[in-house]
Amino acid sequence: MNESRRRFLKELGCTVLGAGVALPLLDPTRLGTDVGKAASRPAAGGARASAAAAASSRQWAMVVDVEKCLREDVRNACVEACDRAHNVPRIPDPKEEVKWIWSERYEGVFPDEVHAHTPAATREAPVLVLCNHCTDPACVKVCPTGATFKRESDGIVMMDMHRCIGCRYCMAACPYGARSFNWRDPRPWIETDASGKPASDYPTRTRGVVEKCDFCSERLRVGQTPACVEAANAVQGGEGALTFGEVSDPDSDVSRLLAERNTVCRKVRLGTGPNVYYILPGATPAGDGRA
Amino acid sequence: MLTRVFHGSRRYWALVALWAVLIVIGLFAYSRQFSQGLSVTGMSRDVSWGLYIAQFTFMVGIAASAVMVVLPYYLHDYKAFGRTVILGEFLAVSAVLVCVLFIFVDMGQPRRVMNVMLHPRPNSVMFWDFMVLFGYLLLNLVIGTTAIEAERKGVPPPKWVRPLIYLSIPWAVSIHTVTAFLYSGLGARPFWMTAILAPRFLASAFAAGPSLLILLALLVRRFGGFDVGERSIRALSVIVTYAMVVNVFFVLVEMFTALYSGIPHDVDAFAYLLAGLQGHAALRPWTWVGDFLAVACVVLLLVPAVRHRERWLAWLCAGVIASLWIEKGLALIVAGFIPSPLDHITEYAPTAPEIAITIGVYAVGGLVLTTLYKVVLSVRKDLQFA
Repeated sequence: MNESRRRFLKELGCTVLGAGVALPLLDPTRLGTDVGKAASRPAAGGARASAAAAASSRQWAMVVDVEKCLREDVRNACVEACDRAHNVPRIPDPKEEVKWIWSERYEGVFPDEVHAHTPAATREAPVLVLCNHCTDPACVKVCPTGATFKRESDGIVMMDMHRCIGCRYCMAACPYGARSFNWRDPRPWIETDASGKPASDYPTRTRGVVEKCDFCSERLRVGQTPACVEAANAVQGGEGALTFGEVSDPDSDVSRLLAERNTVCRKVRLGTGPNVYYILPGATPAGDGRA
Repeated sequence: MLTRVFHGSRRYWALVALWAVLIVIGLFAYSRQFSQGLSVTGMSRDVSWGLYIAQFTFMVGIAASAVMVVLPYYLHDYKAFGRTVILGEFLAVSAVLVCVLFIFVDMGQPRRVMNVMLHPRPNSVMFWDFMVLFGYLLLNLVIGTTAIEAERKGVPPPKWVRPLIYLSIPWAVSIHTVTAFLYSGLGARPFWMTAILAPRFLASAFAAGPSLLILLALLVRRFGGFDVGERSIRALSVIVTYAMVVNVFFVLVEMFTALYSGIPHDVDAFAYLLAGLQGHAALRPWTWVGDFLAVACVVLLLVPAVRHRERWLAWLCAGVIASLWIEKGLALIVAGFIPSPLDHITEYAPTAPEIAITIGVYAVGGLVLTTLYKVVLSVRKDLQFA
């Protein structure tokens, strides 16, 4: 290889490298559009730059009353409302399931709360699980592209579906099994209306990206509560099964419940700081015969 | 220099053709995965990494092991490795290439893979793994090609390459350490979250890599007419022996901590591998074969009379590679996902397309290795007749 050719190649390499680094700086609108972009705006119109510092400590949270959620109709209402609101596909193969909020066995959810003499009914009792929107989320720490990030304005752990490369490192890192990967194109499994349109105008996902609960950031933006909370409250006897609010606001419903009731979080020992809290049932869950 | 790749014996072309066929089969399988998504693999919501990431982990070790010939030769002036060192460096080049490809085929959105560079996140170990792997690839490519070019011209390697060689030594350690950190930093996976993972990775790498190098050296001598020398083989076999002893020791240390403490989360994965968990035991036979091979190879390698017989040594090297492949290229990754964070047991078995893609990626490595070694052998042959 002669000298000038070598120099040409060297310069070409530098140019390509430089362009790669500079591109996102030159055209910031090119990347992270749609879901991620829209969602990363502040939740309420009132919260603006002046309140930015105060907003950084804001944190949405949820309290799940396990006893009230023992009723199958309450749980189903939550799951169905969520699936419909976010066009979550219903893939029958459990290996490829996509789940945002769903039921799990008590002993799998709270492994440290069961022991040799825990009644079988308690062990098997169904508990609603979803993303914990952790204060120090392991998934955000490991994401190599920033496709999953903790939104500073309100503490929601968000997904940018357009940036996700599908490496699934976040799925390995999440201690709660809250993340689902689109092993295949999810669209054929999305519930549609008579005209063949998906149930909601929430963007459908493509294959090869990870997704999870986002605390209904799209509903919060327009002043609504999350779909699952609204659905639970609409079921008779399900009122208060799920409570949503700002844990950073001492006067919120969530803060009041946390102060008054005995609550637990999943796997606190890992230090992730979950923001979904559980009120455990007082007596043997299955004893009331409602589940 | 590269033109030598295009002139070879019938045997050389047969080997190239074999790699090409395997690559084409792999490409067909990959095109299916590309259009249908990773659902063509055996991975699942619970076992979200499988054969690809496991092969990546295993091959990082092979890549790192070049340091076992580079260090004695360049730092201690151990002359016996004079003819082996280039084989080690080019093995590292093809191994890193294989690693990068395994990461690539594992991506759900391969077209976006450059996002790792466009939106770098230094808090992610995966970002650092990309960095150290590419760095290591460049280092070995530059060092190897410079060395062979200098040899062809009959001059000593240029001075500027020396610092790069020294840099490549800690860099080799770094690639496998960072790869271990991918796993050992995850609180969600008790099986991986152990400080001994990185040392264990290095020990197993320094056993498997030199084993492969011995086998390659024996093949090159038999079919390529290039002898690295008996002293070199023997020195490598000592490295394999002690690295394997240390690896077995590390595994036992790890098992003691988990099994003696008896903490369920630490016991579970070992129980799954060795005995099966709640009736699920897909990896049990593999684990026992791997463990048996490891112990048998260690015992036999420790006997100099056995180790010094090349026929035996070749079999022992194959045994070491097989054992460590089962340990790292199969069991370690899958068992980390069993049981799941919600205490479910989902088993994993790779599918036919997944295996075809895996073989295809290895074939790319084989092809690159074949052509790089071809250059080395041709240059050496020319020098002999010159």
